[in-house]
Formats: sequence, structure tokens, C-alpha cells
Amino acid sequence: MKNTNLALTLIAFATAAALAGCGKEEAKPVAKAPEAKKEAPPAPTPSLEIKLGHVAPLTGQIAHLGKDNENGAQLAIDEANGAQIKIGGKTAKFVLLKEDDQADAKQGTTVAQKLVDAKVVGVVGHLNSGTSIPASPIYNQAGIPVISGSATNPKLTEQGFKQQFRVVARDDQQGPAIASYLAGEKNPKLVAVIDDATAYGEGIANEVEKTLKAAKIKVLPREKGTDKTTDWKAVLTKLKGRNPDAIFYGGMDATGGPLVKQGRELGIKAVFSFGDGACTDKMTELAGQAAEGMLCSQAGIPPQAASKRFLDSYKKKFNVDPILYAPFTYDAANLIIEAMKQANSADPAKYLPVLQKISFAGSTGKIEFDDKGDRKNAEITIFTMKGGKIDPIAVVKGGKTSSYAEFLKSMGGG
Amino acid sequence: MDIFLQQVINGLTLGSVYAIVALGYTMVYGIIQLINFAHGEVVMIGAMVAFTVITVLAGGGMPPLVVVLIGTACAVPVCVLVGYSMERLAYRPLRRAPRLAPLITAIGVSIILQHLAMLVWSRNVLAFPQIIRTEIYELAGAAITNVQIAILAICMLMMLGLALLVYRTRLGTAMRATAQNPQVAGLMGVDINRVIAATFVIGAALGAVAGVMVGTYYGVAQYTMGSLLGLKAFSAAVLGGIGNIPGAMVGGLLLGVVEALGAGYIGDFTDLCKVAGVSDWLTERCAADPHFILFGSNYQDVFAFVVLILVLVLRPSGLLGERVGERA
Repeated sequence: MKNTNLALTLIAFATAAALAGCGKEEAKPVAKAPEAKKEAPPAPTPSLEIKLGHVAPLTGQIAHLGKDNENGAQLAIDEANGAQIKIGGKTAKFVLLKEDDQADAKQGTTVAQKLVDAKVVGVVGHLNSGTSIPASPIYNQAGIPVISGSATNPKLTEQGFKQQFRVVARDDQQGPAIASYLAGEKNPKLVAVIDDATAYGEGIANEVEKTLKAAKIKVLPREKGTDKTTDWKAVLTKLKGRNPDAIFYGGMDATGGPLVKQGRELGIKAVFSFGDGACTDKMTELAGQAAEGMLCSQAGIPPQAASKRFLDSYKKKFNVDPILYAPFTYDAANLIIEAMKQANSADPAKYLPVLQKISFAGSTGKIEFDDKGDRKNAEITIFTMKGGKIDPIAVVKGGKTSSYAEFLKSMGGG
Repeated sequence: MDIFLQQVINGLTLGSVYAIVALGYTMVYGIIQLINFAHGEVVMIGAMVAFTVITVLAGGGMPPLVVVLIGTACAVPVCVLVGYSMERLAYRPLRRAPRLAPLITAIGVSIILQHLAMLVWSRNVLAFPQIIRTEIYELAGAAITNVQIAILAICMLMMLGLALLVYRTRLGTAMRATAQNPQVAGLMGVDINRVIAATFVIGAALGAVAGVMVGTYYGVAQYTMGSLLGLKAFSAAVLGGIGNIPGAMVGGLLLGVVEALGAGYIGDFTDLCKVAGVSDWLTERCAADPHFILFGSNYQDVFAFVVLILVLVLRPSGLLGERVGERA
């Protein structure tokens, strides 16, 4: 009875703290965590305070995504505290230090150092690849395990850092996924591949081309623009003469929008497909009707495809639906907690080996890590533009495509 | 053939915009021998103002054409104001200074305008509301849209209007007189300052219309969009003979077509597999991958500048400009 009371108090308090954080984002939510500790009534067994960090931009253009990530991690922490987990014979009391990196590389390293100084034993974050990568050596030096729920740049896990993980797919898994979807579902005989000559665009276009060629599909010589190109007519006119069945563009929505618009104006009937850079509703703003029916891919799964249990408790706790990567940060925080439980220690040196070999059923499906710290068989979702909004139609996992409805069923409802 | 025709249509649309922007460069140069590098920024501001107005009015239920016209009607006075003030504040005080000083000032003005626009309209790529329904027409196997037809028609009308202004009105006569010799024109009673200000204002108004056209045609606007467009239009002006008004028109159209055809065909012409027989290594390489393209379509933007260099080397006065030599 007493235990439930404690759990309730904690949850109530954390909710209050989270709500207060919502109202006034400038007020450092961190300051609220220690208060929570003071207020809690004494636990029956000696308690062990375990500090975890969470980093995401809480101010600026993508503050809403940052808050979403933070909520996911917070939910995991609160549930763990509610469950009265015993670690090393003591009742674990998890505290989440929430930091704002403003999606800025410099700020990212500053808060990373701050968390290291605060002696956190695990970090969930950062949200952006652009902040995760510069912050990663700092955590690595301190030996603190870090799991990102949303950083998709391959470089993050290519640095040889043993304590760096991610639970979301990498950018370079997207190319093969969208290409195999294209090959399997649309049966094109000839595909044109265009890129914007950036590291991202060229990278994903190369992967697409490789996968298509492996599937014995003819690919036209690569066409290129720049990340500022708005006039694609010359390139598209040339392609029109070759009459491809599908066109893939590796680049962002700002250039992809004009591309698909001009393509339709020239009367090109091919299927247009894109990577996550152009997998946004903005494509409709930029291209109007022309964007309808386009295909695109995003790393991970849409939040509404996460497990029903997660969706229900998230909704109950925060009174909103998760926006984007919350299921992934929820899983990331749970992975750290689970590894500590299995290792029976909150010491990074002791629970890290467990984390590396863990097999965990998370809200986004089964999670296992490969040698680099990337998720094995990570999911990529394929979207199509329908009524001006991107709409999930399929999930590609480990080279296998299943329709979105099938995938939802396999996740147990949704 | 239809592909070739399509490229020419693409090129003419783009080229007519270049021509309108190039007129702004060439008119100012013709009169005060200043290359106004900030002119591309004026075009950008025209697009941005139109973007704001069109976005605000888009949901209001007015016919799309009226909304775009109102957008243009707002962009023109703003650009005219910008054009007038930059002449008054930045260039007039330097009129008697060595020629390098106003040139550097022009670059400075360009940077200032660009960053002001960044502060006002943010760094983001702005999506022009897609209010005009694009209709596609067939023309001998090539597709042409109503927007393209409108752009071509408006550009031709503006060029015609400008020609009439320059060759048939008192202001035009004063402009040509000032261009030939400002001192003598002044002695003959021409108000030089008024004529120069008028030149900037006309150029800016043309630029504003060009900005609106570029914005509605491509559907995007960003604070950096003026620099490359400005540089290409400048190349067009040089190609036609800077200072020469018909030259800017011809240069713009020609540059647009060269660019479109260049981007469309360079890949085919530099495909080394067409001559695979010349070396064993090449034959092997082409057996593995049937194309070995030296220069792809990403060289599209390079054409304008290759043309610029060629013109400067082979015919420094440009295609139609023969007066440049005596003035320099």
C-alpha cells in the first residue's frame, strides 16, 4: 500500500514538474529534479539515486520535437520509479536531468560536459545528429553510455565509441529501403536517380542506385543539381526523353518540391520518390497537387505505430499524442534501466557490456544492437503523399516490406 | 526533336527573366558606368514582398490572378524605394570618386540588403502559395504552361515598353544624352541627378516584376536567391554588350537557351563511352557501366560563366555593344 502511495506521489510530482516545464520553458526544468528528491517520503529499503541525462532542443524551431523526446524518456523514468526496481539491493530512484542543446553544436558540447560533471550514468539523446556527433567524444571520454532515439547520421556510430548507441535507423539504411520498396511494389524497368551533390543527397542516391542495380533494374546515368537548384527543367526535359518509370531524388524538400512540380509540368508520368529530406508536408506547399502520390522514406516508425501500451500511458500522462520520436526515447531510457537491472548495477562499466548484448522488447519492437551500436534490423517507413499530408503505407525491416496495416497488427493494435 | 524544342522553351522562359534583370544592370552601367551588384538583391526583395502579400491574401477568396497582381503592385513600389535610396545614399556621394569605390560600395549594399532580408523573412526557404493553377499546353510535342506563356509575354511587353521609353520619350532622350556625356547633357539643361535616379527606379521596378515571376514560376523564395540570379543576369548583360539595352535583351534570351541546352546535352556529349574504342581501359570501363560521363547536368550553372569568360576574351564589347571601348 505504502509503495503505491509513493509511486503515486512521485508520478503526480513528476507530472507537475513536466507541466510547469511546459508553461515556462526558459525556467530550467533541471532545477525541479532535486526538489522531487526532497519531497519524496523515505523509502522502506535504502534508496539509490541514479541520475540520467536527456538532451534535446527545448527552445527554437524544433522545440516541440525536443519536448516530445523528453516526454518519452520521462515516461520511462516515471514508470521505472513506480515499479520500485531493486539494483544492488537498494531501491533505485531514477532522476532525469533535462538539458536544452538548442539544436546547436556548440551548446550540445556544453550541456554534454554539464551532464558529465553532474555525474549522470547514462544519457538519452541528443535529438539532432548535428549535436549528437560533437557531443559524443565527451561522453565517450567519461565512459557514459548514450542512446539516441532520433539521430540518424551514420557518422554517429562510425567513430568507434563503444558506449554510443541509437535505436533509430541510420540514413544509409533508408536508401536500400526505399529502393527495395520501389523495386518490389512499382516494378520499374528504368529508374532515373538525381541528387543535390551534398553528402546527404549523394549518399542516399548512391545507396538507392546500388540497391536498384542489384535488383536488375536499369538506372540512367546520374543527374545532379545543387542544394540551391530551383530550375530542374533542363534535367527533367532530358529525362523525359529517356522515359523512366520512376525518379528518385536525394535532397531536401526545398529543392525536391520544385523538382516534382516541374516534372509534372513537363508531363513526366514517372513515380517520384525521395528520402527523408523531402519526406515532409512542405512538399505539398512547394509543389501543390504535383506532390500527390509521391513516395518517400523516413527512419523509424511513425509514433502512432508504437505499442498500444506506450501510446495509452503517454496520452494519459501528458494529455497529448506523441509527435515523432517519443517512442524511441522511451525505449532508449528503458534500455538503460533494463541493462542496469540485468547487471544489478548502475555503474556504466558494469552495465555497458549488458547493454551491448541486450535483447529488449520495446515500444518500437525488438531492440538489439550490432557491433557499432546501431539497432539491428531497424525499421524504415515508406510514406506516400495523400491529400497534402504524408501517409505511412509500408514498413521495411531487414529488407522485408510489410504493409503499414500488417505492421500495426504485428505491433499489437495501434 | 520535341526534347530539343522543350529545352528551347525552358531556356526562353528562363532567358526572358535574365533579360529583364540584365536590363537593370545595363541601364545603370550605360549611364554612370557602375556595375550595381545589388541589383540581384532588389529582385530578391521583390519576390519576398510579393511572397508576404500573396501569402496574406491567398486564403481571402480573391481570384488568384488579382492576388498576384496585388502582390506585384506592392513589390514594385518597395523595390523602387530600395533602388532610389541606394542610389541616393550609397552611390550619389561617390559619383566623383575613383571607379573602384562605388563598385565596392555596390557589393556592400548587396550584402546589407541580403542580410536585412534574412532578418525580415528568416533563413528558411519560403514556399510561394500555389494559387495559380498550372495549365499545360502541347506545342509540337513539347509542354508549355500558362505561367511560362505569361512570363514570356510580360517580359516581351516590358522590353517593348522600355524600348519605347528610351527611344520615344523626353526622359529617354535625357537618359541617352546623359549616357553619352553627362557634363554636356548637364550643360544642355538635363537634370543629371533626376535622370540617374530615374534609371535606378526603372531598373528596380523591372527587377521587382522579375522577382515576382521567378517566385511564382518556381514556387520558392529565399533571401539568397538574388545572388546567383544577379550574377547570371550580369553575365547576360555583358554577353549582349554592357550598357546596350537591346544587347541585354538578346544576351538574356541567348544565355537562357545556352544554359538549358547545355545542361540538357552536356552529359551526352561528354559521355566517354561514345568513343569507347580509343583505349582498352575505356572499353573495359564502359563494358561494366555503359556511361562514363565527364560533365553532368550539375554543370548547368557553369555555362553562364563560361559564356561570360568567352565573351570577355573574344569580344570584350559584347555581341551588340560597340561603344564600350571608347568609354572605358
